[in-house]
Amino acid sequence: MTTLTMSLPPARGRAGLKGALGSEWTKILSVRSTIWSIVAMAGIAIGLNALINYFAIVRDWDRNPPDVQAAIQQNALEYIFSGPMSIAQFGVAVIGVLAISSEYATGMIRSTLQSQPRRGVVLAAKVLALGALMLVVGPVLTFGGFLVGKSIIADQVSISLSDEGVLRVVAGAGLYLTVLALFCLALGTLIRHTAGGLASVLGLILLISNLTGLLPGTWGKYVNAYMPTNAGSQILERYAIPNAALSPWQGLGVFAAETAVLLLAAWYLLRRRDV
Amino acid sequence: MIEATGLTKRYGDKLAVDNISFTIKPGQVTGFLGPNGAGKSTTMRMILGLDAPTAGRVTIDGRHFAELANPMREVGALLDAKAIHGGRSAYNHLWCLAQTNNLPRRRVDEVIDLVGLRTVARKRSKGFSLGMGQRLGIAAALLGDPKILMFDEPVNGLDPEGILWIRNLMKNLSAEGRTVFVSSHLMSEMENTADHLIVIGRGRIMADCTVSAFIEANSDLAVRVRTPEGVRLHQLAVARGARVRPGGDQTLHISGLGLDAIGDLAFDNGVRLHELAPMQASLEAAFMELTRDSIEFEAIAPTRTETR
Repeated sequence: MTTLTMSLPPARGRAGLKGALGSEWTKILSVRSTIWSIVAMAGIAIGLNALINYFAIVRDWDRNPPDVQAAIQQNALEYIFSGPMSIAQFGVAVIGVLAISSEYATGMIRSTLQSQPRRGVVLAAKVLALGALMLVVGPVLTFGGFLVGKSIIADQVSISLSDEGVLRVVAGAGLYLTVLALFCLALGTLIRHTAGGLASVLGLILLISNLTGLLPGTWGKYVNAYMPTNAGSQILERYAIPNAALSPWQGLGVFAAETAVLLLAAWYLLRRRDV
Repeated sequence: MIEATGLTKRYGDKLAVDNISFTIKPGQVTGFLGPNGAGKSTTMRMILGLDAPTAGRVTIDGRHFAELANPMREVGALLDAKAIHGGRSAYNHLWCLAQTNNLPRRRVDEVIDLVGLRTVARKRSKGFSLGMGQRLGIAAALLGDPKILMFDEPVNGLDPEGILWIRNLMKNLSAEGRTVFVSSHLMSEMENTADHLIVIGRGRIMADCTVSAFIEANSDLAVRVRTPEGVRLHQLAVARGARVRPGGDQTLHISGLGLDAIGDLAFDNGVRLHELAPMQASLEAAFMELTRDSIEFEAIAPTRTETR
């Protein structure tokens, strides 16, 4: 065996956020699950979206009575965008939860924390790497989905980014997906299991957030509106809802604040727990 | 130098490590020996800050692990060869770790060559054999060219070639002046590699000494004698204060009297000897002796129910 002391230059500075960030960026892009989740999201947000638009709007357009045509015109953005986007968010949930739960599932977390034992730095790096990835992937998906959908229905319905509320929905959807990814990262850090983390996210989005809609009275309305994904997805509403508890941007802000609180809890427990 | 003082770890009502103190000196191989469940891995995890001690503290050159400026340059550890994301290639795994301590990319290539994983470096580690996984873990430990290396049961499940490779690696690492701390439940492994021993049983330190001192203190150094006049020699030796056990086939095991003294005794009294040899007391036997009462999951003899 040859000697180990080779070309390693002396250390400069301290292992910190910059190195951890590079590490997390490599991690997230060097496993297939990330790539597959992004491909699946693109398939849904752009591909399936186009297909649905064709069948729902284009094919039977001439057979629809004028009032139906007017309704479609009115809700065109809903048709081409909001529906598929609410499905694509599950791909984001997978990426977010797996960003940390896969480390617990495989034992990689112990290697990670040996190389960087300052756990707050590790979590911060994960937040930044995942956030950066989603800030690129999110808008590519949302603007891509919108533009493809728009061109498919162009002969029947005209809709443009400059129409009232459209740009806010399309750009806001990218931000919503980014916050959602971080929300799922926090949840994955707290729960530490892939299946448990995904089940919690899906349970929250599909079940609990709908059930709170059944709560009676004013407080019920507020509880429902402040449920994390309910609040966040306000940004996907093109038209103002009368008497809504939260405006679109308020809703996204509430979701971001709730995510920040959840990340703080994740940070606190990550620092305290044995791995 | 690793220093532990009053280190204690409790999981629920189970005391895994019970108020242990030790010092691991640089430049030698220190073996950390104990039966399964004795607290070896827990102790190593506390050194690395993965588990927080319930009480006491452990430092590396006076500092807690999390305070080290560049941990990978100070301590390299292989605790568990499975601490790897199987979907990531060996190269990317190492590159992920290297970046955290600002190590250059070419260092990844160097350690890959060093452990002999070049041909599979771009393959996903999911398909690696145990031996390859172990090599990858060692590559990760060596990335930062650390002063201290820790290996937890490194030869477990390896084939003879792999075992030899790890033994030589540990010897070379300590010859380069590094501190090597290696755990095992196999005494024979320590005999081959360690200079110093820390023996742990049920979370407590049972011995902290050199390997030879450990053997000496914990086993009778005996001499094997083969003679047709066993009865006479037996009486003569006992008269000199030695302990004698018959070994069968005309042999006696004599302890408490040196090799030369027994030879002289026989010569002086005209006792014919056919064999006179030292018995190498094995570390294994000494270890068994010492930890007999501290094995956590000892097989329990079935309870006798006597009816009369």
